[in-house]
Amino acid sequence: MTATLDIAPDSAPVDLQGRGQPLVDKTFRWILFLCLAVGIVFLAVLLAYVTIKGWPRLTPTLWENMPSLRRPEQAGAQSAITGTLWVIAFTALFALPIGFLGAVYMEEYANPTSRFTRFVEINIQNLAAVPSIVYGILGLAIFARALALGQTVITAGLTLALLVLPVIIVSTREALRAVPQNIRHGSLALGATLWQTTWRQTMPAAVPGMATGTILALSRAIGEAAPLLLLGAVTFISFNPTGPFSAYTTLPIQIFNWTKESREEFQILASATIVLLLVILLAMNAVAILIRNRTQKRW
Amino acid sequence: MSETMSEIHDPDAPQSTSDMAMTGRMDVSAVLEGAEIPEVVSNIVFDLANVRVFYGDFEAVRDVTMQIGRNEITAFIGPSGCGKSTLLRSFNRMNDLIPGARVEGLLAYHGFNIYAPDVDPIEVRRRIGMVFQKPNVFPKSIYENVAYGPKVNGMKVNMDDLVEECLTRAALWDEVKDDLKKSAYALSGGQQQRLVIARCIAVKPEVILMDEPCASLDPIATAKIEDLMKELAKDYTIVIVTHNMQQAARVSERTAFFTADVDAQGVRHGRLVEYGPTRRIFTAPHDPRTEDYISGRFG
Repeated sequence: MTATLDIAPDSAPVDLQGRGQPLVDKTFRWILFLCLAVGIVFLAVLLAYVTIKGWPRLTPTLWENMPSLRRPEQAGAQSAITGTLWVIAFTALFALPIGFLGAVYMEEYANPTSRFTRFVEINIQNLAAVPSIVYGILGLAIFARALALGQTVITAGLTLALLVLPVIIVSTREALRAVPQNIRHGSLALGATLWQTTWRQTMPAAVPGMATGTILALSRAIGEAAPLLLLGAVTFISFNPTGPFSAYTTLPIQIFNWTKESREEFQILASATIVLLLVILLAMNAVAILIRNRTQKRW
Repeated sequence: MSETMSEIHDPDAPQSTSDMAMTGRMDVSAVLEGAEIPEVVSNIVFDLANVRVFYGDFEAVRDVTMQIGRNEITAFIGPSGCGKSTLLRSFNRMNDLIPGARVEGLLAYHGFNIYAPDVDPIEVRRRIGMVFQKPNVFPKSIYENVAYGPKVNGMKVNMDDLVEECLTRAALWDEVKDDLKKSAYALSGGQQQRLVIARCIAVKPEVILMDEPCASLDPIATAKIEDLMKELAKDYTIVIVTHNMQQAARVSERTAFFTADVDAQGVRHGRLVEYGPTRRIFTAPHDPRTEDYISGRFG
């Protein structure tokens, strides 16, 4: 210790008092925190409000009973819950295979430098930004009218599938892109075909990312009301869908219908149904987060 | 692939530290043992005549003419950006995976031009295996890593026996025989690289291309891989790209020295300077550039 001191006896005294700007630094830190807090607080207030308001109706009757216009204190949302399940099942059925395979084409097969690929790429990004009501009009014109599917579960499923398809394609592409190139090369260097490489190496390695993106896309579809307003979900339905060509209603639409009613009992019922819808959405997002955390990157 | 690209495009790329370390006084005692090898390659596997490799308009490798002998270890040495990896990857058409890459001249394998239009690159890669710089094991079990190649190639074999045989040949069996179902990611870097070699020989190739196989390994793991290479050379033809001249001197029968010419625009083009028996290259090089490089006076 003394030896080191002897070497530099003439050096200036060491000054470790920083010349930073503690006030600016602190202020900025608080501004950042407040910006975050605004969002969180509003969300919390909203959640607390609907939960408190809907609390009296958060009972099993909510999912056991059918909607009723005459007895709101007894009415439930069962047809909306089953309708949502039917619609989302068809959405997944149509959107997932097409979305996955489309993304595989873009990411693994298409020549990234070709003009066509770039054109498609830009348009998929644009499609993701199209307002959902436009998809509703499209669904009404093509599926309901031109293909004469009517205002049914299958029309809603097809329309919502179109709506979430860009999101699924984009998230699947990102999941595929996250798979290291050297895994593909390792497979190809063993004499595997591109299809074998994609099917046996790239896609299995991308499954966690694909699952996360898919769940988030489907939870968006569950919360969608606008396109379904045009597709027949608005009508008063007090029975569960019986098949793809059945009439239906969904949770967001049911909420919309009840909030239109003037009687207080319907407002309470709407709040309770909002809580139910939020619980479903949060549960789906939780599953997505769980998948993401369970399968940490192994490379 | 992108690594190779940037390596070639960047004229100011510093040589790696290992490159520098190895360009000190060269210990040639390793090359002085063993039998004399004739200048002329007798049992030709690869016959290259005026081979040029392009990325788009950029000529990465210029005019290489050389022959590679059966059951020999041929080493490609030279500074970064001299095109040695690029040339190696053209031996099993891995360069096909880069859009815009193309090969001119004649690159014949047993007298057949592997760039002839009717040649299937999948078939080429099955016969000419490749080991990469970073051990690119698949995110699967040790067993499945080895079994993957035979499976995708539809080989009808007893898979358990084949896996054992390949892991034994790759000097890995004793270390992993109780953990075959464990993830390959649980292995150390050196073990992973030996697993990649086992995976490569499972499809029964004739040639193994190794692109800096020890670049990410410590000296002990490197020594194991080098012993393994010498053992494998009894049955396989091996071409290895290395930055480590000691390694080339230790393992190879023949050495090719590449360097980069800088043209009027400052673009680097790889070219073959000298090729011959390793002992002769290291003790009596014909070209002054070779001598400068191996004695550490390069650049």
